Amino acid sequence: MKNHLLDSVNTVQTPEGIDIYLRVAGVWPRSIAWIIDLLIRGFIYIVLAFFLTKLGDFGTGLMLIGLFFIEWFYPVFFEVHNKGMTPGKKYLKLQVLNSDGTPIGWSPSLLRNILRTVDFLPFFYGFGFISMLMNDKFQRLGDLAADTIVVYYQDSVTGYSDKNKSVPERPHINADFNLNLKEQQSIIRYAERAGELSEARMQELAEILNPLDTTDHKMTKEKLLGIANGLTGQK
Amino acid sequence: MKQAAFEKKYSALWSYLEESLLSESQTSSSTNNEMLDKDFSAHKFPEYYRLLCHHLSLARSRHYSPLLVDRLEKLVIQSHQVFYKRKSHMLSSVLIYFTSGFAKAVRNEWRWVALSSVIFFGTLSAMIITVQLYPDMVYTVIPAEQLAQMESMYDPSQDKIGRDRNAGTDFQMFGFYIFNNTGIGLKTFASGLLLGIGTIITLLFNGLNIGGVAGYLTYIGYGATFWPFVSGHSALELSAIVLSGAAGFKLGFSIINPGRKSRILSLRDNAKQAVYMMYGVACMFIMAAFIEAYWSSMTDVPSVIKYSVGIINWVLLISYFVFAGRRYAAR
Repeated sequence: MKNHLLDSVNTVQTPEGIDIYLRVAGVWPRSIAWIIDLLIRGFIYIVLAFFLTKLGDFGTGLMLIGLFFIEWFYPVFFEVHNKGMTPGKKYLKLQVLNSDGTPIGWSPSLLRNILRTVDFLPFFYGFGFISMLMNDKFQRLGDLAADTIVVYYQDSVTGYSDKNKSVPERPHINADFNLNLKEQQSIIRYAERAGELSEARMQELAEILNPLDTTDHKMTKEKLLGIANGLTGQK
Repeated sequence: MKQAAFEKKYSALWSYLEESLLSESQTSSSTNNEMLDKDFSAHKFPEYYRLLCHHLSLARSRHYSPLLVDRLEKLVIQSHQVFYKRKSHMLSSVLIYFTSGFAKAVRNEWRWVALSSVIFFGTLSAMIITVQLYPDMVYTVIPAEQLAQMESMYDPSQDKIGRDRNAGTDFQMFGFYIFNNTGIGLKTFASGLLLGIGTIITLLFNGLNIGGVAGYLTYIGYGATFWPFVSGHSALELSAIVLSGAAGFKLGFSIINPGRKSRILSLRDNAKQAVYMMYGVACMFIMAAFIEAYWSSMTDVPSVIKYSVGIINWVLLISYFVFAGRRYAAR
């Protein structure tokens, strides 16, 4: 189903036989992440320059070595040691992964970052930009060669909280009309969002279903929650 | 089983995994499973991870609410990344790399090494000879100011050869050589992605430039300072340029002639091997920078010794690439 839609979701099958969905990031968020990293690198250079110039020629030497390593290996260091996220990418919740969804290692990270020089050509990421627009995973040339993708980081751990996103408990009501699968899911979702929406809005949404109600053509929030409880089997 | 019963039965496991992953991400260290204690990561985690995958596919096939499926999906993606993280054995792989892997990789690509050598050393020596015969030709490739600067750097009356009169210490030059030369090498490699054209241009340009300087300095009679200066680091530095070129050609040719693979697959496979070569090449540049900054610039060493060291370096380097790792089967 997902393959027929124009979508940034990439389906990867894991060895466990299940599909996971990775949402690849496009040109804009990646550019912002790059600019943030650029600013951070610039800041590091200024700090380095400030301290190292005091050491005279020795400092200049250190500065040049630092320049070399930061210029070429700043992204590599963070991608390998920080779950594929440079500080800029972390700020935008982006993550570099191998295209099979596994974490990126030294070799692909080095490759994609050395080849960055070609993506940068002929000026300001011209080739990288064209390459990203020409494939469905938004891969620049370095990504193509290293077989990597940049995806939105999916933070399960901090994003989910049990309490306010479950179906609130109500006595079961058996709906006296037929609901197909999609309709059942909609009602469950509605109930799960009870904690987020205002009372009035919940009621308003429920009233859309007025005609369905057989007794007095009045659907209420409480009735719907009861139906949802019946569907999920809440006790 | 209805959703609520399903959740009730297994949510303890999910919360447990979420907590373990959270504590793992907070340590944010490279060794991924430190906080998950050894027992957990070795025995329970794989088991729990498989259970979790099973739960996700059940939840999907039973059309449980999207919220629950979403929770499980995210948890699976995170666990997947922990589970399939490659453990690297840094020390032993570095050791294997330098005792055999690097030399083998270079031998495997001997065709590209040969092509790259012909282009680079060809233009370099052609330029040296040309300048001896038609000295003015040097101005077609190198600007006059740069030549004047070179001239002062290799003036026999200098107390330190190979650098500006007002340029600084050995260490400063060490930094400069690393920054400049290694950068050039990495760019020579990367520009191979443009169907090898970028690599050809960089090799030609460097060959003409180095050949021009060498030819010119020889012509004006500074050869006695120039050649002993470059002999020490020439082996490592020039070979490193050639190998960068070879890696670049491999990259470019993988797109031009993918053989039986698709172009993209051919690029991926060849790029992996090419970058494997570049680790060693980068190290060669850094070693060359060290020799150039500390050994080559010394003036109180007789030229004979400098030449001998230069020749020994060439012999050692070539025998390394010819012989290292021959005893072991191809990996």
